[in-house]
Amino acid sequence: MAGSEVELLDFWASLFGMRVRIALAEKGVQYDYKEENLTNKSQLLLEMNPVHKKIPVLIHYGKPICESNIIVQYIDEVWQNKYPPLLPSDPYLKAQARFWADFVDKIYDAGRRILNTKGEEMEKAKTEFIDGLKVLEGQLGEKPYLTGESFGYADIAMVPLYCRFYALEMIGKMNIEKEYPKLIAWVKRCMERESVSKSLPDPHKVYEFLLERQKKIR
Amino acid sequence: MADEVKLYAVGGSPFVCRVKIALNLKGIEYQNFEEDLSNKSADLLKYNPVYKKVPVLVHNGKPISESLVVVEYIDDVWKGVPILPQDPYEKAVARFWAKFIDDKCIPAIFKVFGSNGDKQAISEACEQLQILENELASKGNKFFGGDNINLVDITADFLAYWLEIIEEATEIKLVTKDKFPKITEWADNFVNCQVVKEILPPREHLLAFFRKRFGKA
Repeated sequence: MAGSEVELLDFWASLFGMRVRIALAEKGVQYDYKEENLTNKSQLLLEMNPVHKKIPVLIHYGKPICESNIIVQYIDEVWQNKYPPLLPSDPYLKAQARFWADFVDKIYDAGRRILNTKGEEMEKAKTEFIDGLKVLEGQLGEKPYLTGESFGYADIAMVPLYCRFYALEMIGKMNIEKEYPKLIAWVKRCMERESVSKSLPDPHKVYEFLLERQKKIR
Repeated sequence: MADEVKLYAVGGSPFVCRVKIALNLKGIEYQNFEEDLSNKSADLLKYNPVYKKVPVLVHNGKPISESLVVVEYIDDVWKGVPILPQDPYEKAVARFWAKFIDDKCIPAIFKVFGSNGDKQAISEACEQLQILENELASKGNKFFGGDNINLVDITADFLAYWLEIIEEATEIKLVTKDKFPKITEWADNFVNCQVVKEILPPREHLLAFFRKRFGKA
């Protein structure tokens, strides 16, 4: 394939990769998707992200950008002339979006620990996860999206986790659907956007994948 | 109407100092509210209900929390000396290194002192520090930001000042001139910047605090 202006090194089940896919789709950016085998990483990945050796990596005109939230901001800045804006232009609202995207990362971390640990460590992770969701539920309030009237950066940061709700409920023995009605309504609203529904894999497929991965760790 | 800028702070915190450096760099006047973390003010709890932590910047009544979010906010609002590069790619690179320092380096270093010098913790911390050392060596600049400090240097303030004081308090040495010559040189340059020097908390206070904290007093 001829050199593409935009390439994405990714893995289908990666929540972080999904953030980038959503952002690219929102902006209507054409790109080459390259699926990485995380047990046998490509030379390209190791060269483009030598520090972490992780996906996602966006390669724009041959230059790598790493870390999902940083990539999303980059996409918004480079394609700023394409609607919609992913971050508000007002500095205060922008700061709020960044604050909440950063908060979401902590929920993600707790979610990861629910899936990768057991016993006391898992219980601790569950408490943190639940506390995080409670805060988001409160933050949503009567708003359609996490930071206001428009879908944006903080929503992009959070919504990929939806494809793991089923797995987290099964493995963590929780009921997210029942406990967080505002969050679920928000998820449904986000999933109405093609950028989101096309970027998230099937939750049952994700559950199977995570179970397999668990077997290898535990 | 004049800008009203308040900072809820703890003078000895490297996270608070990131914000102070940014404010100083832009020449912004502000009111400093010193917090007692064992008895947090009603204002702090109101302005940062999610974390209840410092620093919190309150600009014309509107609060912003999380030190790096605050620093970028300051850069967005007040022009003058830039904290982040203009170019989107360079900006992404700066954010990458700031995140690396915040997410990997600093927690790894905290683990060393929290574990009282556990060998594995030291090894992991040195791995992260080596990555920073290599980055400084490869670019060959005075600062991560080039000739002047930028977001990355500000984020790394802990490494330039607090680390050495904790090392003295605990007698656990992580960053030596032999092992990390570039970081050592960078640290020296950083603490001697006017905008940094002016806001750093007194060394003796921090030393006493860390001696007490790590039980060597």
